[in-house]
Amino acid sequence: MNSTVFAPWEDPEQKPLIRFQNVTKKFGSFTAIDNLSLDIYEREFFALLGPSGCGKTTMMRMLAGFENPTSGQIELSGRNIVPVPPNKRAVNMMFQSYALFPHLTIWENIAFGLKREGKDKETIATRVHEMLRLTRLERFAKRKPHQISGGQRQRVALARSLAKAPTLLLLDEPLGALDAKLRQDTQFELMDIQEKTGTTFVIVTHDQEEAMTVASRVAVMDEGKLMQVATPDRIYETPNSVYVADFIGDVNIIEGRARFLEEGQYEIDWAEGQQALHAATSAKFDNGQTCYMAIRPEKITITADKPEAADNCVQGKIHDIAYLGNLSTYHVELPNGTIIKAQTANTRRIARRSFTWEDQVWLSWTATAGVMLAR
Amino acid sequence: MSRFSWFNAVSLTLGFAFLYIPMIILVIFSFNESKLVTVWAGFSTKWYGELLANEAFLDAAWVTLRVAVFSSTLATILGTAAAYVLIRSGRFFGRTLFSGMIYAPLVMPEVITGLSLLLLFIGIGLERGVLTIVLAHTTFSMCYVSVVVSSRLATFDKSLEEAALDLGCSSAQAFRLVTLPIIAPAVISGWLLAFTLSLDDLVIASFATGPSATTLPIKIFSAVRLGVSPEINALSTIMISIVTVGVITASLVSKRKMVREREEELMAVRS
Repeated sequence: MNSTVFAPWEDPEQKPLIRFQNVTKKFGSFTAIDNLSLDIYEREFFALLGPSGCGKTTMMRMLAGFENPTSGQIELSGRNIVPVPPNKRAVNMMFQSYALFPHLTIWENIAFGLKREGKDKETIATRVHEMLRLTRLERFAKRKPHQISGGQRQRVALARSLAKAPTLLLLDEPLGALDAKLRQDTQFELMDIQEKTGTTFVIVTHDQEEAMTVASRVAVMDEGKLMQVATPDRIYETPNSVYVADFIGDVNIIEGRARFLEEGQYEIDWAEGQQALHAATSAKFDNGQTCYMAIRPEKITITADKPEAADNCVQGKIHDIAYLGNLSTYHVELPNGTIIKAQTANTRRIARRSFTWEDQVWLSWTATAGVMLAR
Repeated sequence: MSRFSWFNAVSLTLGFAFLYIPMIILVIFSFNESKLVTVWAGFSTKWYGELLANEAFLDAAWVTLRVAVFSSTLATILGTAAAYVLIRSGRFFGRTLFSGMIYAPLVMPEVITGLSLLLLFIGIGLERGVLTIVLAHTTFSMCYVSVVVSSRLATFDKSLEEAALDLGCSSAQAFRLVTLPIIAPAVISGWLLAFTLSLDDLVIASFATGPSATTLPIKIFSAVRLGVSPEINALSTIMISIVTVGVITASLVSKRKMVREREEELMAVRS
């Protein structure tokens, strides 16, 4: 790792590797991608995240060349690649189904792309061996795809798409077919391989945890639009909309009306008979404007007694407890029926847990713990 | 499930008797000493010998074989191409009409197909012979090939072709290096189907042929009109045994392949 933080998107001098310029893609009357612009930089591990049907797969297929945009331009290293057919692009793709050729051995699968380039035998053999070693598949070179396990197939697919040393590697739900445990290991393996090869990766996934783990930046998509593009921590800590806050992780959303207090400080009137909430934000709100307070469960403190000095503090009773092993999530019902989720780490054994069902508790959080959102 | 019951046993016997007694009688009488087809006069293989000496039959067999090989090969190429276009090109204007038109000859009465072909050949002044039979057989058997191949293509994972394109193949290379090897079993069975259809076709061949070419079914049919001879029984027995051996070998080979692949998959999961 360099001592400087890897963040080419913050450097205006950097030229992006991929540039979507006002790209629109329509299938008949359905708009899959809606006037979208996006820059992706070299050596990034970029995640396209969203629910199914949000257009993330269409974005990837346009990069690979299987779909052409209805309007707009896609640039790769400064060149418009829209008219370039898939077999002439320096882009390779790892398919969700892996798409390994069943009639060829693992060795031949990996060598497939190299043979098309017309490389000589020795170069091909060296490169295939290199790929086999990178993905720890040396033992399986002579087997056919149906003779190896799912995790090994996934690695063959990766080796095959990396063999031609593409400028850009596309991964379509690469870990979707693996079980949870194997998926975690493979995520770290992917990051490792990405770092070793220095290739730019673009991954499509609907699994937010996967996107957060592997990616340098995440783009959250919905209905063909980019909702937010930022690093995983910024997406999580400072989402720009209720949609993004709600899509990534667990969140409490409290709707209310903003009231200006002083520069950067607002009160939120959110329910009859409840004390107004206090929030700090750099955004501007009008008096009486509808706003949303998004606050993560782990940022809410749960106590038996009323805390002395808290910016925000509400009382309620415990409605439900979700025990997750390392964490417990308390669902606390306020007098007006609102349910607020608060999370604590289980640092003690379960017998010593302080709260149980129907207990009256106080929830508190600081003014900066939550994010004030306009939509 | 597999409990014995008289009802099942009787139905089974009756069913198979219905299917196979005629053929068994034919096979038995091909080894008859007597020239009279219905009177048993002891075992002999002399009719097989006479058959091999009969130039007319051998000529007809040779014509049939040539016609079958050429027409089934041609039908396989055309049928596979048609199936590929219909399955792969997605929705285009008139797709339903085209696929309907490819399958229509399946239900068309042979007499009509034969007659229309005859009119065509006369119309364009093509002299009737081996060539016209080959063309006629290609016409009606390519739709069978297309049915077999398109049912395989329908379950073919399209991303395999996309992967080939992605790795630098042109569309033609992707078809040759990836699609064709994977659908090869369907293409081969399509060819075999076309081959057998051509071997035993009588109606269309009679319309399309001229004096210069006589296929085996036509020869047998015309010979039987002058009376059934034990020679024809012998010929039919040979044909039956060729077909039987072919079918049994093909199913054994494919079954063994399936069993082996399943075992290998199990081993891969365990390791």
